[in-house]
Amino acid sequence: MYSVNYVRAKSLKHAAEVLAQNPEAKLLAGGMTLIATLKQRLAQPSHLVDIAGIGALRTIRLSKDKLSIGAGARHYEVATSQVVRDAIPALAYLASQIGDPQVRNMGTIGGSLANNDPNADYPAAALGLNATIVTNRRRIKASDYFQGMFATALEEGEIITRISFPLPKKAAYEKFPHPASGYAMTGVFVAVTGRGVRVAVTGAGQGVFRWTQAERALGKNLTPEAIAKLKVDAEEMNEDMHASREYRANLVNVITRRAVAKLASAG
Amino acid sequence: MAKIKLTVNGVKHTREVEDRTLLANLLRDELKLTGTHIGCDTTQCGCCTVHMNGRAVKSCTILAAQADGADIVTIEGLAKDGVLHPVQQAFTDCHALQCGFCTPGMIMAVAGLLKDNPNPSEEEIYHGLEGNLCRCTGYINIVKAVKQAAGQTEEAH
Ligand SMILES: Cc1cc2nc3c(=O)[nH]c(=O)nc-3n(C[C@H](O)[C@H](O)[C@H](O)COP(=O)(O)OP(=O)(O)OC[C@H]3O[C@@H](n4cnc5c(N)ncnc54)[C@H](O)[C@@H]3O)c2cc1C
Ligand code: FES
Ligand code: FES
Repeated sequence: MYSVNYVRAKSLKHAAEVLAQNPEAKLLAGGMTLIATLKQRLAQPSHLVDIAGIGALRTIRLSKDKLSIGAGARHYEVATSQVVRDAIPALAYLASQIGDPQVRNMGTIGGSLANNDPNADYPAAALGLNATIVTNRRRIKASDYFQGMFATALEEGEIITRISFPLPKKAAYEKFPHPASGYAMTGVFVAVTGRGVRVAVTGAGQGVFRWTQAERALGKNLTPEAIAKLKVDAEEMNEDMHASREYRANLVNVITRRAVAKLASAG
Repeated sequence: MAKIKLTVNGVKHTREVEDRTLLANLLRDELKLTGTHIGCDTTQCGCCTVHMNGRAVKSCTILAAQADGADIVTIEGLAKDGVLHPVQQAFTDCHALQCGFCTPGMIMAVAGLLKDNPNPSEEEIYHGLEGNLCRCTGYINIVKAVKQAAGQTEEAH
């Protein structure tokens, strides 16, 4: 790892100040992506601004129609929070399937969404539930937030503070994990909302996307059979050493059907 | 440089280290607690697992500075007064190790798992050990040891 200056942020304001004064500084949350990257010398920030100690970023709050999760909430906290389990059980389940226990004990929802790995799990929930990404500057709709592989609407020095999830009528997440890393080869979040069915797919494409054709079909008939014959365009899928475009395109259909089947038993 | 104060296995330490120092290196190189192993560069093998404020974490992917003020337990801190921790005893009884390289991290991960879930099913044991790799045992005896430590001892044989 290159040499770096570590700063423990005392408050959100303090973190923003250090970022403003140091254009090469980076936020540090759980470090499960960032420290791993630094160890490989794939980045060389001047400062690491640790926001893990800011208590206000860790809280989980439920209101009448929204679940608001602090950006600093760790994956295990979301997975085991009774509030999350009661409000959106599919979200708690998703968090319980990220990586491994040690990674879940450190990694945060804000770090995951800021990183926007094309194989990460949380982007599927954020887009599937039509969440709002709240930052220290503004509120960003999930549909505007995700901009392809590792790309987001976040500006220099902008800090995610909370993620606000509208409560769905019911929802389910299903994932085909990469057998070694645990990341989603394909992960599908299906949500039944007051405004129809939403299907968000991670892992398969260049970034998380909505499968609108399936959404329309499921809006009429909420069963796995309704989408059995639908296909996503293989040309738009990602291809790498683990799986071809065609394989991923097929996975999208299979995993979506499994997620829809799960809805039957979901709250 | 970062001035770090932390408690390791009940003993308070103060050290001045470079900001980029990893917790695993602080433990091994500065505190000479070499039971915590480093087996990979990719945060995947789990050999470096320790407990930080009661939770199992991979010390190779945490800065020592992040652990400032924390309470750390390493494999050296598990046995009490010369008596092995039940997970250590179970690994011995069930022959859950061969070369032993993964063992300290594996035991810390199991101790973490049983704290969260004292009576895990076989599936929960596999899910709970996804962050730890063993190149020798094939995991069968490790799972047996977890069951013994959880008090689910099978018939004596
Ligand atoms: C072995 C392993 C397996 C994994 N498996 C999975 C998996 O199956 N699924 C999955 O989804 N992920 C997986 N991950 C990634 C994991 O979920 C990370 O925790 C997550 O991607 C990053 O969160 P973090 O809190 O650790 O962020 P960090 O690593 O601290 O930061 C990541 C990036 O986000 C920025 N950032 C952090 N917080 C904020 C904020 N509040 N506002 C703005 N920017 C911010 C940082 O500057 C940095 O650029 C895995 C990681 C490992 C090591
Ligand atoms: S040394 Fe491999 S995970 Fe830490
Ligand atoms: S006993 Fe050799 S790696 Fe596990």
